[in-house]
Amino acid sequence: MLEDRGAAFGLEGRGKRTREFALSETLLKRSDPRTLSEAIMKKLGVFICHCGVNIAGTVDVKSVAGKMGEVKDVSHSADYIYMCSEPGQQLIRDAIREKGLEGVVVACCSPSMHENTFRKAVKSEGMNPYLCEIANIREQCSWVHQKEKQKATEKAEEIILATLKKVRENEKLEAISVSINRSVLVIGGGIAGMTAALDLAEGGYEVILLEKEQALGGHMTQLSKTFPDLHPALPDLFTKAKGIEMHPGIDLHCYSEMEEVKGYVGNFELTIRKKATYVDWEKCNGCGLCIRDCPVEYVSQFERGLGVRKAIDLLYPKSVPDKPVVHRVHCRYFIDGSCRKCEEVCPEKAIRFNQEDERIGKKVGAIVVATGFDLYPREKLGEYGYGEIPDVIDGLTLERMLSVDGPTKGKIIRPSDGKVPKEMVFIQCVASRDPDRYMPYCSRICCMYTAKQAKIYKEQVPDGQPYIFYMDIRSDGKGYEEFLQKTIEEKGLLYLRGRVSRIFQDNGTVRVLGVDTLTGNMVEVAADMVVLATAVVPSDGVKDLAAKLRATVDRHGFLTEAHIKLYPVESSTKGIYLAGCGQSPKDISDTVSQASATASKIQALLSTDQLLQDPLIAFVDEHICSGCGICVEICPYEAREMDSRRGISVVHSALCQGCGACIGACPNFACELRNSSSIQTLRMMDTFV
Amino acid sequence: MEALTNMEKANKTFLEEVSKRSGEKLSLCYQCLKCTAGCPTAPNMEFRPNSIIRMIQMGKKQEVLGSSAIWFCVYCQTCGTRCPNEIHIGVLMDALREMAMEEGVHAKEKNIHLFHEAFIQSVRRGGRAHEVTMLMEYILRSRDLMKGSLIPGVKLFLKGKFPLLPSFVKGKGEIKRIFEKCKK
Repeated sequence: MLEDRGAAFGLEGRGKRTREFALSETLLKRSDPRTLSEAIMKKLGVFICHCGVNIAGTVDVKSVAGKMGEVKDVSHSADYIYMCSEPGQQLIRDAIREKGLEGVVVACCSPSMHENTFRKAVKSEGMNPYLCEIANIREQCSWVHQKEKQKATEKAEEIILATLKKVRENEKLEAISVSINRSVLVIGGGIAGMTAALDLAEGGYEVILLEKEQALGGHMTQLSKTFPDLHPALPDLFTKAKGIEMHPGIDLHCYSEMEEVKGYVGNFELTIRKKATYVDWEKCNGCGLCIRDCPVEYVSQFERGLGVRKAIDLLYPKSVPDKPVVHRVHCRYFIDGSCRKCEEVCPEKAIRFNQEDERIGKKVGAIVVATGFDLYPREKLGEYGYGEIPDVIDGLTLERMLSVDGPTKGKIIRPSDGKVPKEMVFIQCVASRDPDRYMPYCSRICCMYTAKQAKIYKEQVPDGQPYIFYMDIRSDGKGYEEFLQKTIEEKGLLYLRGRVSRIFQDNGTVRVLGVDTLTGNMVEVAADMVVLATAVVPSDGVKDLAAKLRATVDRHGFLTEAHIKLYPVESSTKGIYLAGCGQSPKDISDTVSQASATASKIQALLSTDQLLQDPLIAFVDEHICSGCGICVEICPYEAREMDSRRGISVVHSALCQGCGACIGACPNFACELRNSSSIQTLRMMDTFV
Repeated sequence: MEALTNMEKANKTFLEEVSKRSGEKLSLCYQCLKCTAGCPTAPNMEFRPNSIIRMIQMGKKQEVLGSSAIWFCVYCQTCGTRCPNEIHIGVLMDALREMAMEEGVHAKEKNIHLFHEAFIQSVRRGGRAHEVTMLMEYILRSRDLMKGSLIPGVKLFLKGKFPLLPSFVKGKGEIKRIFEKCKK
C-alpha cells in the first residue's frame, strides 16, 4: 500500500520531485522487509471502553469490538464499561497473560487522561509499556459526533485501525534516567522565597537564596500590621529572616541577580552576579558609624518618598543582613571623588571602593521563582491627582506612615503640611478591574488592607471620618468577612459604593467628587487626604528573568503555571516552580501556603537522585545526517547539538521534549521521533485517506 | 432628596443617635435588600427599608424623619426576621417615628398620627384592634372619608374580616396596666 502512495506522491516516479515524494522514497529504502514481516506476526489486543455513555452512547462499541476481532493479527478484542477501572485493567492484564499479546491498543479517552494508567497495567504483566497505545475515540470521536452515530462508529473503527498500524511498528523503549543535583535555587527573598527556602532547608536540601535588594523581607518589611489579626509584620518576618541567615543549609546571596541559566530539570547551571556593595560584608560589624557620618541624603524609595536615606545605608533599620551598601549613583566618591568619610570612620576598615561585581557559578536541580510584586506605577496612572496633589498617596505609602519605625514614626499626617487628616478618603480598585485602561484582574489584597488601614486610622484619630469608595468588597479569606464587618460596626467606616469622578485641590483640602449608587446620589467630600489602593503588578524585570528560565508569563507579566487548578505551583518548564505574587496577586496567607506547596513539590522531585524521563524523543540517523545544523537552531529546548568530531547533529536526551520541530525542519529526513516515525505516521494516514 | 450629598454638611451624629435609640447595629447593613424584598408595604414607600438605613448611614436626618415610609411600616417583622445582620427594621421605624414626633417634623401623610392614635385607642379599649370602631374614630377625627379604601373595605367586610361587634381579650386589666406602665 505504501508503495502505491509513494507512486501517487511522485506521479509514478516522473514529473516533479516533491518533498513528499522524496520523503516516501527515503522511508521506503529505510523500511526493512524483515521488520515488516515480523510486525505482521504480532499478536495484538484491542480494548474498547464505553466510558459509561460517553463513548457507547454514540459509538456502537459492540460492533467495533467485533470488527476489530476480525483483523488478522488481532488475537483479542473486548469492550468494557470503564476500562480505566480496576476490573477493566484486569481484563487487559488477563488477556496479555492468557493470549500472549505483544501489543495493546486501548480505545478510550485522550492519552493525556489515561495513557499512564494503561501503560502501567501492561507493564505489570511484563510487556514493554511503550507497546501500549491509546486510540482517542472520546474527545476526537464520540463527543464531537453525537448526532451522527453511524459515521461516528465508522470513524472510531478507523482511529483504532490506524493506531493498530502504529503499534505494530512501535519499538520497545526504556525510560531515560537522568542524574539530578539535589539542591535548589530560590529567586526572591520576600515572604514567599523565604518560606520556600526555609521549608526546603528544613527538609535537608541545600538552598541558594537570591535577593536583588541588600536585605531580606521584600514588601512585607514595608508593612505596618497585617490583616486579619493585626499582628505587626516585622517580628514574624525577622524570625524567618534570622532563621535563614543562621541556617547552615541556606546559601544567602543578597544584592545579587541571576545572569544566566543553562540546563534542564535536575541539572541547571547558573551564573549569579553579586553586585558590588563597596563594603566588605565579612569585615563589617554593623556599627553604623559610616551611615551616621555620610553627608549625602536622597529620597528613599523604600519609604515611598516620605523619608531620606544616606548614600551608604541599610535597606531599613535592623535589616537582615544588617550590612550597608554604598549606592554608587549618589556617593560623592563615585561622582567626583570628593568624599571618603565612611572609609575614614569605619573601625574595621571594611569600605572597598574598588570592589567589582562578582560572578559565581552554581548547580541546582530545581528553581523557585518568587519575584513578587510592585504597585501600579504612579507615572502611568493619569488619574485622581496621583503624583500632582501631595496629599493623594497610595496604600503602601500609608503603610510606611503606619509603621512605628517609618518616616513618621507611625503617625498619620498629611505629606503637604504635616497636619492630622480629619476626613480621609480611601479609593479602591485603582487601576484594577479596568480592562479598558489598566489591569482587568482583581488585585485581591486591597479590600482587606484598606479596611485595616481605615481601622488603624480611626483608632489613631477617633474624631476623624474615613470614607471608602468601592465597587465590591471581596473578603474571601479565613476570618476576613468577620474582620471587615466587625471593623465597620465598631469603627463607623462609611463605605460608599461607587466610583470617584474627580479629585482637585481646593483651599487646602482635596475635594473628592463621586457617587454613592446605594442612594443614587452624587457625593462630595472635602478630604484632607486620599489613599489609593493601586493595582498589584508583577515586579520589574520578571519578563527578562522568565526568558532566561524559559518560563512563560501572561500578558500582564505574571508567571504562568502549568495548570491553573491541577499544577498551580509548577511553571510550564520542568524544574521551574512558582511562589507568591509573581504568579498572581495574593495576600500573605496565600503566599505562604503556596510557597510551602512549592517546597513540598520540589522535595518530592528531589527525593531520588535519578529522574526518569519519557523516551519518546527525537533521534538521528547518523548515516543520513549531513551536519547542516538547522535542527540546532530550530530546537526550542536547546536539546540539539553539533558533534564536531563526527560532523553530525546529536540529541541531548535529557533536554529533548519530543516536540518534533527538528523532524519537520531536517532537509534530509535524518531526524525521527521514537515511536512516532514518519513511516508510522504515513501508515496511519493511509487508514484515513 | 438632593442630588448631591455634601459630606461636610451631612449629619454625622444621626447614625449614632438612631443606633442608640433603636439599639440596632445599623452600620452592619450591607444592602442585601432582603428586608425590602419581603416588605408588604415597600411598594408604597418612597424610600424602601434598605434605603432608609442607607440614608441614616449617610446622615440624611431631615429626609428620613420627614418621609412617609417610616409611617407606612406596619411592624410585621418580616424584615427583622430575615435580616442576616439581625437589624430589626420594625424597631428602627418605631424609633424614627418617635424621633420625628419629638422633633416636630411634619409627616408627609397628613393624618397619619390620627390613624396611629385611633389604632392605639382601639387596642387600649379591648386589648386588640377592632377595625370598625377604630376606623370610625379615625374618620370622625380626621374628616378623611377614605374614599380610596372603600372597595377594599367592602371586600374585607364580605369576607368577614370586619366584625361589627368588638371582641375583647380576657386580661383587660393587664392591658390597662401595660398602658399605664408605658406612660410612665
